[in-house]
Formats: sequence, structure tokens, C-alpha cells
Amino acid sequence: MTELDAVRSRLAAARGEHYWRTLEEVADSAAFQELLAREMPAAAPLWLDPMRRRSFLKLMAAALALGGLGGCGERPSEPIVPYVRAPEGIIPGRPLYFATAMASWGGLGLGLLVESHLGRPIKVEGNPRHPASLGATDAYAQASVLTLYDPERLQAVTFGGAIRTWADFLAVCRAALGVQRARRGTGLRILTETVTSPTLGAQLRAVLEQYPEARWHQWEPARADAVRGGTLAAFGDDVRPLHRVVDADVIVDLDADFLGCGPAHLAHVREFAARRRPGQAMNRLYVAESGLTPTGAKADHRLPVRAADVAALARALAAAAGVAGATAPPADQVPARWLQAVTRDLGRHRGRSLVVAGETQPAEVQALAHLTNAALGNVGHTVSYVPAAEARSEDQLASLHVLVDDMAAGRVELLVVLGGDPAFNAPADLPFAEAMAKVPLRVHLSLYANDTAARSHWVVPAAHYLESWGDVRAFDGTATIVQPLIAPLYDGKSAHELLAVLAEGPTRAGYDIVRTRWQAEQRGADFEDAWRSWLEAGVVPGTALATRYVLPRRAPAAARPGGEQGLEVVFRPDPMVHDGRFAANAWLQELPRPVSRLTWDNTVQVAPTTAGRLGVRAEDVVELAFRGRSIRAPVLVAPGQAEGSLTVHFGYGGRGPFREHGFNAYAIRPSDALWFGAGLEVRPTGERRTLARTQHHQRMEGRDIVRAYPIERYTASAEREPTAAAHGGESLYPERDYPGYRWGMAIDLSACVGCNACVVACQAENNIPVVGRTEVLRGREMHWLRIDTYFTGDPAAPDAYFMPVPCMHCENAPCEVVCPVEATVHGAEGLNEMVYNRCVGTRYCSNNCPYKVRRFNFFEYSRWNAESLKLLYNPDVTVRSRGVMEKCTYCVQRIVQTRIAAEKEGRRIRDGEVVTACQQACPAEAIVFGDLNDEGSRVRLLKTERRNYALLDELNTKPRTTYLAALSNPNPELA
Amino acid sequence: MPQIFHPSTNTISRVSIAGTVALVGLVAAVAGGLFESTYLTGVRVPREQPVPFSHAHHVGGLGIDCRYCHTTVETSSFAGMPATEVCMNCHKQIWSEAPMLEPVRASYRTGQPLHWNRVYDLPGFAYFDHSIHVAKGVGCVSCHGRVDEMPLLWRANTLYMKWCLGCHEEPWRFVRPREHVFELEWRPSEDQETLGHRLVKEYGIMDREHLTSCYVCHR
Repeated sequence: MTELDAVRSRLAAARGEHYWRTLEEVADSAAFQELLAREMPAAAPLWLDPMRRRSFLKLMAAALALGGLGGCGERPSEPIVPYVRAPEGIIPGRPLYFATAMASWGGLGLGLLVESHLGRPIKVEGNPRHPASLGATDAYAQASVLTLYDPERLQAVTFGGAIRTWADFLAVCRAALGVQRARRGTGLRILTETVTSPTLGAQLRAVLEQYPEARWHQWEPARADAVRGGTLAAFGDDVRPLHRVVDADVIVDLDADFLGCGPAHLAHVREFAARRRPGQAMNRLYVAESGLTPTGAKADHRLPVRAADVAALARALAAAAGVAGATAPPADQVPARWLQAVTRDLGRHRGRSLVVAGETQPAEVQALAHLTNAALGNVGHTVSYVPAAEARSEDQLASLHVLVDDMAAGRVELLVVLGGDPAFNAPADLPFAEAMAKVPLRVHLSLYANDTAARSHWVVPAAHYLESWGDVRAFDGTATIVQPLIAPLYDGKSAHELLAVLAEGPTRAGYDIVRTRWQAEQRGADFEDAWRSWLEAGVVPGTALATRYVLPRRAPAAARPGGEQGLEVVFRPDPMVHDGRFAANAWLQELPRPVSRLTWDNTVQVAPTTAGRLGVRAEDVVELAFRGRSIRAPVLVAPGQAEGSLTVHFGYGGRGPFREHGFNAYAIRPSDALWFGAGLEVRPTGERRTLARTQHHQRMEGRDIVRAYPIERYTASAEREPTAAAHGGESLYPERDYPGYRWGMAIDLSACVGCNACVVACQAENNIPVVGRTEVLRGREMHWLRIDTYFTGDPAAPDAYFMPVPCMHCENAPCEVVCPVEATVHGAEGLNEMVYNRCVGTRYCSNNCPYKVRRFNFFEYSRWNAESLKLLYNPDVTVRSRGVMEKCTYCVQRIVQTRIAAEKEGRRIRDGEVVTACQQACPAEAIVFGDLNDEGSRVRLLKTERRNYALLDELNTKPRTTYLAALSNPNPELA
Repeated sequence: MPQIFHPSTNTISRVSIAGTVALVGLVAAVAGGLFESTYLTGVRVPREQPVPFSHAHHVGGLGIDCRYCHTTVETSSFAGMPATEVCMNCHKQIWSEAPMLEPVRASYRTGQPLHWNRVYDLPGFAYFDHSIHVAKGVGCVSCHGRVDEMPLLWRANTLYMKWCLGCHEEPWRFVRPREHVFELEWRPSEDQETLGHRLVKEYGIMDREHLTSCYVCHR
């Protein structure tokens, strides 16, 4: 019997709602049991290799005898270094917050507030006034502080690998520019990523004016040109859609993952989640996609389809909506029942529905989605159109083609690559690297020693966004001045500063460049006031782009008649390292990918049935051959993946600090199938690669953990979530009362989209180390907050649920009673307190924790010796050492600081004043923290909801963290 | 059967049993003494400083308020150390040529900060906040002693956890009216016990269970 058959039969045999975390778990094979035994922290063999029990005991005895002596001796004398002239506004011991922005998806900005301690930025929060953030952040922004302090960053100007000075570079550069100036810039080419900075755009245009024959090209591998093509085809106008998800009753997502990616995804999540709670009319989400994404997991009806088959769906939807020129595809190409139900639902909600096409879909599909929205009367209600916020909207692939042709023909004499890594991530059929080698002078501005840097003569270290001046526009055009929090650590230069050199002016500071540009915009004596107010607010008012009126055209003709044959490969940026730009960021590397919970690797995701057909199993290394190129990749059997469609994540395999991880999917990504294409061949190699997935770790042994049901059932019954009454609430432990504050947390499973922002936010706030791939394989990851994914239903098309699990802070905590040294004790406000300096590392508490939320420092995971990383630590939280247990503290440092502030004013803490790091980052507002003794607190209100339930309630641990069951809103027609 | 043990064995065993007990006691006494000794605690040991700044002169003699230099004691966890320019506010005018003050002038001239030696050094896992203690009526003198009588500053208390807990368990024995927090020679005009209990109530000082929760100081 194959594994999949075993899975199916076990699922069929299971009665009632059966939730599972991985296919291996359901199959429950002997191999899985062994895996579990190997990976469960409790069962991890303590002395792995040559060390035997005897020698271990001997060493322990010696350690015990000598350990006492280690405590002796004088502590090093610590100096206090006060200012010479104290700067205004800085109070040592209290953080300052500065508004800035990070260029994120497609170069578009995410507004941030950055916490600075004595000049060190240590924590990033969202800027509530910024349209792309609304106070929330994504995992990339949270992890960006680690990149700032990364000791692996480029630290000096180099020429051919040898360290040079900025002045040397200037001399060479100016000489070459002199030649170019005489020739009107014939040989000058500038390559950037997508530019949305108004200042950089203006600088580039100024350079092009000075060198009329020079060219500026843009290339970003994860940006889709079809977005532009789609609106051009639909309206004949280069505009971008803005979605108002909150106003949509019915949403159809065509391979878009609009909750998981894109420059506006945080705003989408906020608006979507607002309509997923009882009380509001719930929206309904249909998703058709190839791989299971966070958006697919939130869908009420998800249809796994090959990416190429989305076009037929879009065409059928358009035809049904009455789009002029749209003809329904042959009935055998679309699932009739699904489509009929969706069409009727859309028809019932004209003006209150929304069709979103994925940016990775061809322009035709996007045009059809726009036209369907127009035909349904949604334009102006749930979707509006604005001009592109980019400095120059263009077909980037075509632009790169021209550049490569020019370079190959020897027409380029000076190539300046500002950011990005085109030598690594250009399409496989474009010989960028070879063509680049023909350019006599190549300059690259980069954060890391990447592939392009390796092929460049001069490499200039780039300044991180937290250490340079700039500006950036959000998806709706809103501009933010990017202000630095710290002077460049490694003498990095910003793109503005490098371009100023090209413009043949004097070298200018980034501050002057950006300020001068905005001064030109806002003339008058009040500029200084305006400038200060922009910096303070983090947005420049009035810069949002005006809505453009659009005129729908006829539907474009079908690009091709039918579906292509053979296996389909789908290329996607890695959910965590993106197109490779975050591959050097250890926090993101170790962050379990949404859904798959994979760390430190990329894979080829294969549907269970396809895997069975191809005869491959999870963790088999296969050879993927596509259009004459091939790579080797480990297999991940992914529930919910469309049959015959294989998803490959690109971004790994570059020349960064963690180059030994993952494989380079760019090597088989051709320019005619940048996002998907048919004709993939899969050949087993007989090799295996163990994947470090956290999905099996901290398993709670198949109890009633995640709860989900349709909204009808919720409204129909007035009963509260059932509690396991076996214990009758009685306990042998003495009852405690909490007269002061009673902290508690409620997590709304209906809202959570599993985006991981909370996990990195927790990591940044609480100085949580990374452990690396080998340690993750041993189940020793340190995240205080984990997100479990649960599946239910057929592995081919399961429903998926996300469940964030922090410490539950039980009132009857099982961990407390087993600690022999009282290192974990109950606080007066009900927090389950962990005292690091008492802990001797018996790990009894972790064994006795039913939720498996305690983490143990098996080794000294924190890097104590890296000077720059010392700057990163949150000074309000202890950096833990080896042999110490740790876990979620409910961000007690924030509680204590707020309590001190309140007590000084002689009042109680107000509701919403203490915000935990996870809560603050969450775009869905799924995590709510507060005082349960406060009658009016939000958390107390949520806990009175009928769908509130405690995890493993039958154990009578009385957890302070409880969950709100996930609600869905299925279409009765598809039931 | 011959005797296995010589008669002297009795004496030897008695001596060794008593000796062991005595030795353990001695070691314990020495360790305990060492633990409390100024050698380990640094109590009453004046610290060398780059400039021999005298609190006795500035506070005791001239009567400068604590907050003139330690500006953030009421607002932040850290009491604040004076910037060089605070010293120079006065020393531009008085003792402006004193050789003893050359490091201060040098710092002001070159922009290189002074490196003072820390006298009150808490371990990294203990988080102390000056502002809340001041707000709740804990006088400077309770922890720092009579700095107005110290020519060079020394540590007035051990900073051991049991010393902290002395007050966290029985705060009424130490609190004083807020307006007298910075007065080093202040003495209660009434019974400290009565006054303390009244102030604990008035200032809303948390109860013993709260004040001795681990997370109050450790996190």
C-alpha cells in the first residue's frame, strides 16, 4: 500500500472532524514514529556521539566540582560614559521612536516606527498612519534590524576583491564618466530594481539628461510585468488596482494570494479579518490556486488548479458576468459546479464583490479580472484605479533583454548596478553574467557579496535603509521620507549618494539630496515646519495618487486554446527569503514557512497524488528538467497542491552567507515562463535530503486542539464552546485570587492568516537566538511563539488552519510544580514566571508542559562575541545562556514599564496600553492582550464570546491564553 | 585473635570526627564571612575615579541637589550621569585652572567623554528602575547612604538580593514622604512604623506578594 493510500484509508476511518498536521502523521508509519522519537525534544538523545553515559557522568561530576569556582572572582568593572554635551530629548533608559519606511514588495514602501535605545535601532513596529502598514508589520520588516547589524554585510569599497577607499572609487569613476560625457553617455548603463523613490527617480532622469545616450534599466525577479500589461489590456491605461477588501462580501482570488504577498497585503489582511468575526456580515472567499497559500487556507472554498488553468476560470467568470467579448471556454476545461456557484454568488453581490487576479498570472487573466469587476459594478466600490507609483512603469523583462543585448554586443562601457543581484536572478535563458563580463567597467552597490558583486570590478557597500536618507512611495502613492536611525555602520553609501557621483556634481550627503528634492516640491518659508512634520508623521500628506477613471475595453482574445500538456512548474519567491534578498537573514531563514513549516531550505512542492504517480516520496532529491536546464531539489509532499503542478521557490542558492542551504531555482526559470510553464520532467536521483520542518515538533498528541465551524452553526446555537467537564473545574491546587491585574490573551483563529510576523516580532523583542538547521532537525528551535498548521479533509484539497501557540500562562501550571529549584513560579498577576538565573536545566518543566511551549538552550545559541550583534539586543530583556529554560513571558518588560508609568501617575493601566510584541505586529488583529479584571477590556469581551475555548481544557490547567474558534462562511450550493 | 586496631585508633577517630565537624563549620564560617566581607561586596570601599569628585564637598558642603546632575532619576530607570558640560557650567568660572580638573576640561575640549567607574553595579538580569522608587517615597539615602559624607563615593550596601527583599517585603520600614526623598539627613518626626504604613497606603505601594514576584525585577 502506498503512503497516500494509507493516508486516505486512515482519514476515511476517522470519525468526526479529524485534524492533522502532516501527511506522515496521518499515515502513522513506523518511519514517522521513528522520526517523531528522533525529533521530539524530550526524546532527543542527550549524548549523541562518542560520549557514553559513564563519561558523561564523569564530566558532570567534574563540572559540578569546578562549577562553584567559576562563580568566584571579581566582576569586571563597568564604566559609565556620559555625554560631553547631552543631546536634547534623549533620556537614557527610555526608547525613542522614529518614523521611517522600508522598500518592500516591488520597491513599494511600508511605513514603520523604529524603536531606538541610545541611538541603536532595535525593534521595528508599523506606522498606524501609513496606508500599507496601519500599525502592523510583516516578517521582512521585523527581521530587517538583524540585517542592519549583520557582521557579514559588505564593509568596505573593494576593487577586484581588494579593499580600496571611496576616494579611489571616485577617481576611477569620474575618469570613466568624463569619457562618457564626451560621448553623450553612449556606453553608460544603469540597472536598478524597481524605483519608487521620487528623489531617486528625479536623480535618474537628471543623469539621463546629462548623458542623453545613456540608458536606465530596471529588473526585479519577483515583480510581475503582467500587472501593467493587464490594465493596459483592460483599460488602455497604465494604472494599478487598489482593493477595498473590507467592502467586499464575496471575493474571488485567482492565484493571487492577496493576503500573503504584495505591497498592500497588510492592509488587505486587516480589512479581510475585520469581516471574519461574528457581529459583522461575514465575507466569503473563493480561491483558485496551484499551491496552498495563506490566502488559500483562509478560503471558504478553495479549488486547487494548475496555474495555467486559471485563465479558463477567469474567462468563464468574465463571460458569466457579461464582459463584452468574453466567451466561455469549453465546459470540460472548468469545474462547472464550482464556477456556477461562484458566478451566482458574484451576481448576487454586484458592487459588493471583488475578483483579484494574481500578479503572476498573464496579462490576459488580469485584464479579465479587471473587466469582470467593471461588469459587476465593483469599480469605484471595492476596487479603484490609480496611476503606478513607480518612478517609471515599464516592462522590466524587455528592459533587461535590451541591456543584455547591448552588453553582449559590446555597446556598454560602464555598467552601474544599484542594488539587486541580476547575475544571480536574471532569467536562465538570458546570459546576463556572460554578457556582463564584456563590460569594461562594472560597478555594483550591494549589501552583501553576492553573485553580481563577484562579477563586478568595483563593489560599493550599500547603506541599510535604517542608516540612510531616502524616500519611498506606498502602493497608493503615499510618500514617506526614509530617515536613518543610525549613522552607517560600515561606511555604506545609499543609491542617492552613488547617483550623485554619476551626475558629476560634488559628492553630497543623502540628507541634502532628499531634502533639496522635496524643497523643490514645497516651496516657501514654511518648508522647515512641513519637513519636520513629515518626518514625525512618517507620511507626506497629499501624496496619495488620485483615482483615475477607467474605461473598460473588450476582453482580450484567448491567448491559447487549451491547456498545455505535461507537468507544470510554478515559480514563486520564497515566502521568507523572498527573491534572495533576505537569504542572509538568519531570522527569516529559520522562520518556518507558512503552511509547510519548512526552515533553512527550499523544495519542490508536489501534490500527494502526483508524488505517488511519479514514485517520489517526501525528502527524495529529484532532478527537475525544464526547457533544457536542470537542477536537483528535495521533494516536499504538499497537501492542497494542484495535481500535476509543482511549485518551486526561488531565492536560494545565491552567493550569500548561507549559500550551503537550498538550491538555485533561477537556474531553470526561463524568460518565457517566469511564473509557470508546462513540460517539467522529474527524475528521481536516489538521494535524500532531510528537511528541517518544525511541523512535527511540539505535537499535542491529536487532541481537540483546533476548532472550526461554519458561521451558521455559530449563530444557530446559543451554547458556549463545550468544555471538557470531566474534572468539573475542581483542582487539588489551592485556589488563588488575583486582586490586581489578571493578564490574559485571546487569539482569534478566524482572523489569523499565519503570516509569521508575530513570530519574528517576538524574536526581535525578546532576544531569541537562532539555532541553525541541524539544531532545528533535533527539534531545538527557540521561537517562544510558534504557529501550527492543521489540515482537515482530503489531502488533495484540505482545509487548513493556523494556530499561534505562545505560553498559555496556566493558572494551574503543570510546569511550576515539577521544578526542583523554583525557577518557574507563579506571579501575583498570574504570569507563569521563568527565572533564568535560578534554572539549572533539568527540563522537567518542559516535559510536564502539555502545550510544549518551553524552549531549552542546549548550547550557547546567542552570539556573544559578534560586536555588531550586541547592538541588536533589547536592553530590557536578559540574553539567556546555555543550560537555561525559557518561554513566552507575555512581554513582561512591556507590562512592567507600563505599570511603572501608570503608578507614577497614580492610576491603573488602561486597556490597550500594554501591547505584546506579537499583538503589535499582527496585521489581522488576531491577538488581543489585556487585563481580565478590567470590566471593559477587549480581551475580556472576546473571552465572553461563545466560540472562546481553552486549549486542552480537560487538563484543567486554566490557561490565561484562550482561542476563538475559526469561523467559515461556506456557500450552501457547494456544501 | 590479635587486635586489629591499635588503642590510639580511638583517639584518631575521635579527633577526625570532631575535626571534620569543626572543619565544615570553619569553612562555612569563612565562606559566610567572605560573602559578607567588603572584599566581595565592595561596601565602604572608595572607588578610584578619573577625577576625584567629592560628593561630600558638592552635596554636603555646597548643598547641590541630587537632580542637578542626576537629571533623569525621576523619569527613567537610569538616574543619569552628568554630561561634561554640566561640570563645566560651574567650572568655567570657579577652579577653572585647577590641575585636578584637567580631565574634565580635556573632555570638554576634545569631545571625548569621561569614563567614570561604576560604583553601584547590578547584575545584568536584575532590572532596577530609579523613577518608580523615587515616586514611591524611597529616599536616595536608603540605598546610597550618606553620600554627603563621602569624599570619594563608595557602595553603602551589598546589593545582594536579600538586601533588596528587605524593603520589598517590608516597605513601610523605609518609605518617606515624597518631598523628602532627596534630603539625605531627613529623619521622621514620628514613628517610622506608623508613618510607613500610612505612606504605603497613600502611595499605593504594592503588597508583599506583588513586590516579591520574580518578574518585578527579573525578566
